[in-house]
Parts: sequence; C-alpha cells; structure tokens
Amino acid sequence: MRHIISILLENESGALSRVAGLFSARGYNIESLTVAPTDDASLSRMTLVTSGTDEIIEQISKQLNKLVDVVKLVDLTEAPHIERELMLIKVEAVAESREEVKRLVDIFRGRIIDVTDTSYTVEITGNGDKLDAFVQSLSSISILEVVRSGLMGISRGEKALG
Amino acid sequence: MELTGAQIIIECLKAEGIDYVFGYPGGAVLHIYDAFYAQEDVQHILVRHEQGATHAADGYARSTGKPGVVLVTSGPGATNAVTGIATAYMDSIPMIVITGQVPKQLIGNDAFQEVDSVGITRPIVKHNFLIKDVKDIASTFKKAFFVATTGRPGPVVIDIPKDITAEKTEFAYPSSITMRSYNPTVKGHTGQIRRAVEMILSAERPMIYTGGGVILGNGCEQLIDFTRRLGYPITNTLMGLGAYPASDKQFVGMLGMHGTYEANMGMHGCDVLIAIGARFDDRVTGNLEKFCPTAKIIHIDVDPASISKNVKVDIPIVGEVVQVLNDFIKGLEATEQKPNASALQKWWQQIDEWREQDCLKYDRESKIIKPQMVIEEMHRITKGDAFITSDVGQHQMFAAQYYGFDKPRRWINSGGLGTMGFGLPAAMGVQLAHPDELVMCVTGEASIQMCLQELSTCKQYNLPVKIINLNNRYMGMVRQWQEFFYEKRYAMSYMDALPDFVKLAESYGHVGMYVDKPEDITAALEEAIALKDRAVFIDFITDQNENVYPMIPQGAGLNEMILV
Ligand SMILES: Cc1ncc(C[n+]2csc(CCOP(=O)(O)OP(=O)(O)O)c2C)c(N)n1
Repeated sequence: MRHIISILLENESGALSRVAGLFSARGYNIESLTVAPTDDASLSRMTLVTSGTDEIIEQISKQLNKLVDVVKLVDLTEAPHIERELMLIKVEAVAESREEVKRLVDIFRGRIIDVTDTSYTVEITGNGDKLDAFVQSLSSISILEVVRSGLMGISRGEKALG
Repeated sequence: MELTGAQIIIECLKAEGIDYVFGYPGGAVLHIYDAFYAQEDVQHILVRHEQGATHAADGYARSTGKPGVVLVTSGPGATNAVTGIATAYMDSIPMIVITGQVPKQLIGNDAFQEVDSVGITRPIVKHNFLIKDVKDIASTFKKAFFVATTGRPGPVVIDIPKDITAEKTEFAYPSSITMRSYNPTVKGHTGQIRRAVEMILSAERPMIYTGGGVILGNGCEQLIDFTRRLGYPITNTLMGLGAYPASDKQFVGMLGMHGTYEANMGMHGCDVLIAIGARFDDRVTGNLEKFCPTAKIIHIDVDPASISKNVKVDIPIVGEVVQVLNDFIKGLEATEQKPNASALQKWWQQIDEWREQDCLKYDRESKIIKPQMVIEEMHRITKGDAFITSDVGQHQMFAAQYYGFDKPRRWINSGGLGTMGFGLPAAMGVQLAHPDELVMCVTGEASIQMCLQELSTCKQYNLPVKIINLNNRYMGMVRQWQEFFYEKRYAMSYMDALPDFVKLAESYGHVGMYVDKPEDITAALEEAIALKDRAVFIDFITDQNENVYPMIPQGAGLNEMILV
C-alpha cells in the first residue's frame, strides 16, 4: 500500500542524503520526495511517498526515526489528510488546439501562466490522480514538457506536526 | 583564553576523560598532532595502519565500556579506517573517529587527499559531522560523545577541515547537551512489562536468549539475578557470551549457526522466548520460517528498529536493559505467582537429554593438535579469566564454544561484520585499558596476516599480548564450507607461502614459539603467560581437517544441525 510519510528534520547539509541513503541501502522504494525549509529556518519538512507491506512501513518509520537528524515523523495515510501536488506542463498550442487546451485548463481549474505563439505553459494543482487525469485529457495535444513537484501533504484538523 | 581548533580538540578529549587516542598522522591533521606534542594528558598510540587504529579503539571500548577514540588524516587515512568503523557499527560499539579534511575552501575541488569522508562513512556510522566553524568544535564533540555512548551505541565520525584546526576561539566545553532530534527511550512501558511478567511466569518451556546488548548496557548483574530467580535455561549469542556465566548449570551454551545442540533445540522447542538485547541476526535464527515455531516472544531492546525487524514479536519492550530487568525483577517480587515447577522440571529433563548428545565432543586423544585442545587448555590455565580477542573463522568459533566465558567484556570479537584482521589490534586496545591483565588473541594464519603490521605497535608500547595462532594452513572456515557445500573443491582456501611465524615474531622483537604436538600445548601456554612483559606469538600447527560442529546449514532451521 502507498504511504505518505511526513518528516521534520534538521535543516543541515547531509540530512537529505541520510534519508535518501537509508532508502537505497535498505532497498525501500521512494515514489516521490519533496523537501524545503519551514517557517522555522532550522527545520526542513519532507514529504516522502513510499509503498510496502505494513511490516516494511513500520521498519521505514523506525529507521527514519533513528536518524539523528529526524526530529519528528508521521504517516499521514493513517488518518484523514490532504494531498497536493503542483504540475507545470508545457503544451503545443496552435490553431484549434489553443481553444481546446484553454477549455481543459478551465475544467481542471488550472491556469495558463506563460504564452507564446505556439505554446502554453499551464500550472495545475491537486492530488496525483487529478494531475494524471489532466495529462490524459490532453491526449490529442502534443505535450512538450512536464514538471511535477511530487506530493505534499498535511493532516486534517487542528493537530499539527511541529 | 583563546585556543586553536587543534588545542580545543585535545581539551574536548580531556573533558570527556579520554586517556588514549589511536591514530596515524598526515597533512590534514598536523595541527592536531602539534597540539598532542605539547601535552601529556591524552596519550597517542601510533598504529601501523589506520584499520589497526579503529580496531584498537574498538577493543578498548568493548573491554571497558568507554568510547574508543581514533584520529586519522584525510583521504587514505579516512578510507583505511572504514573497515574498522563498519566493524564497530555492526556491533554497536561506542567510538569517536576524528578524520582530518582538506581546508574548507578546497572541499569539493578534488584536492590532494580529499575524499567525502562524511559521505563514505554515512551508512556505517550512528551519526557523522563535518565541522565548518572553529566555534562549533566543542559543541560538536559534546554531541558526538553523547550520541556515540547513549541509546544503542555506535561510532560517530567528526570530519574537521585543516584550516579550522589552526583558527582560534574561546573554549568552553558544554556541561550538558540536549538534542531535539535525539533522545533514546530509557524506561520500558509499564503495561508491557506487566504483560511480559505474566507471560514469563506462565511459561512451561521457557528460554532466555540474550545478545551483545546486555553487555553494552551493563545489565549482566540484573540478568543473572533475573535468570536465577526463575531457574530458566539461558543461551547467549556470539556477541552476548560472558553476560551469563558459562560455568553455571542454567547456561545451555551459545546458540545459532555453531551453537550447541541443547541451545538450538531449546530455542526450537520453547513456548516462551525472552529475547534481551539481541537482534535476531540470520546467523542466530537460521531459516526464519522455521524459527521458534511454538514460541510467544518477548523482546527487550533499546533500539525500537531492532524489534520485529526479522521476527514478529508478541510483546515488544523498548528501554535500557538495566531498567527493564529491574522492573521485571520487581514484577516477579510483587506477584504471588511462581514459575511452573513441574513443567520446568520436565523441560530441564528434556534439555539434559539434549545435553547428553555432547555436541562439542572431539577427538581428545588425537596425535595431531586439535584447535579445541588449545582453547580448552587456555581456559584451564587462565581459569577462564583472560581477555580473549579473536579474528574470524573456525578459530573464532572454537574460542566461543570452548573457552567458557564467565564474565562480560572478556570476549572481544567482530560478530556482526566478521572482520578478519580484528584480533591483534583489538588486543592492543584491550591491553592498554587493562595493563595488568592477560590478553590473548586467538587467530588463524590467514586472519593474522591482515593486520600483522601491528606487531610493531605492540613492540613500541610494550603490549605483552599473547597471540595464539591456530595454524591449519587453510582458511579453515572457507575450507569447511567448500567441504560441505562444494564437493571439496577447495578453491583458493589453501594458505600457501606462509612465513616462518617464529622468525617473524622475533624480527619484530617478540618471542616466537612453534608447537606441533598435543603434549607440548600446556608448557607452551604456561611459558608464554609467564613472560609477563613480552608479546608472544605461538604458532600451533593444528589438524587441517577439523571442522566446527554443530553446524546449521544455510536455509535450515535451528533443529536441523549437522552434528559431529
Ligand atoms: C576481511 C575479510 N575477508 C574475508 C573474509 C571471509 N572469511 C571468513 S573466515 C575466512 C578464513 C579465515 O581463515 P583463518 O584466519 O586461517 O582462520 P580459520 O578459519 O582457519 O580458523 C575468510 C576468508 C572475512 N571474514 N573477512
């Protein structure tokens, strides 16, 4: 099963490689990983999407917790939570496809953020499924480039990691 | 007063009560060596290879419980230390390794003798640091010692660029430290402890299985008390030998791949398994699917990640061994319930039957020296009270099986990584920590050649270690596997072109002895031990075809031993 593990870690050089190294050394897979400093500049927040049996996920959590740089950790998938991902996608936009793309962007509540004579660059957020669906809806359009941020997540309710 | 970074490093070591540093100089650490020159509080032991420094510090740590300290230069100094760091990591040994680094502004430029020491050592340390500011040296050392010695101990590397060791700042060593991201659990969960005590007392066929964690956590006294109160059988892992006296009748011997018949059968047949400071290593469990098929398992460990990693347990308890065992003992005292005497009596009867198998028998009348004879004789002469280090191979297993350790921290071996070359330098560290005690290194003619250069260090510092070379002219353990599993195709396991070890020892200024008859074993050992201030190398010419029994082949269960 897929799990989203949210980690607060010391914002120190090497902290990211400790997490990444742990996954490769122990043969766990990483589907996506995002990381950036938080409002407290000494901390980074990392969201890591992985999958495995319950036993493997338990080991992953324990091994992550064991890293000296890891301050706190939560498996978001254990409780109600919100997932978001940002995608920037550059598509060919000529002749009648210009209208078609614009229509699809509206339906998916994205935004066109850059325009040339022959292309649009679209920004769209949502959970992974929504972004996949958007890409699929563009099947007749020529896609020039796709950039996805990887998933971020936060728990619902007032409980906070921090 | 302002001190240089190098002086601060020395002050930090002093503040931590460090008496020895094992090291080897080079460009990146010359400022630090200069600071050593100017003081006498911390003694520097010059090894002959950085691997030797790490194993010596490791032996020091294992035999004392205090952290071992290593100092090496950048680049090749650091890479040579890697094997020793990994060895300490696998066995959870507290160690501080200071590696020199190229000056800050050169980092990343492929500078002379630059390697990414933090990157290389990352997977084999508990934690590591790259210091970037002279002001951070003191606090980093405080953190490093704290992390290395608390919780589940382990090696910590501190990488220090050369320029920082020349810069100056005010020195103040922090008296205490808290780290928001690191605070190991100390006390076990009360509810879990209550449930565990109930389960322990309800057992009909109990087994206590303990590992290196009990020794590292200084919990042996509590373990003995707990075990004796219950009257249950106890087995130790290779790393746990000495935690419970081997001469006690409740001790059923070591378990695992070369464990005793009674220990492995007892594991296989038990209904409640009490695992303490042990990590269910594959050399201990055999085939996991066949492991302890009828047992409920209680597991006590300071490291949560050790619990249910290989074997799913029923009652996990995270905490320090001393605390948890004290709570167990209190729990036993507080309840009316007693162990089930009649079930226990039947269980002991069964165990005694297994014991009659006499799984460690060997040809005691042999005209060729059997390696077991040497170890048994060592035990008899030293009354089981020597410090024994070992290398890796058959000799290691023979030492573990036949020496009979009655005290903790006497058996010093590389269990997790299985590092050939560990024995001699480890013995140096042990000897420095215990100058008046007898330290013996049990080795093989292959292993000893991996860190042989340290004979020179022994001479320089007058370390009178006794090297017991069980010379079978084979990488015996490799040969044994080839005999059993590769139809006797002895590929590359024959040790050709061996040196004359007697002359070799003599050329380093030590005493060399050659023994090839069983009847000469006693006199040789006694003579060597009597030479209190000389290192002695005894080359015992042993039976080439001897194997270690019992043996659990890979993939088999603990009840599927090959017996002699
Ligand atoms: C550094 C290292 N290389 C290789 C091995 C694999 N290995 C394990 S035991 C062994 C043979 C050891 O031979 P020897 O030291 O003569 O001991 P014996 O088994 O004959 O007692 C080897 C090569 C190892 N454990 N460590």
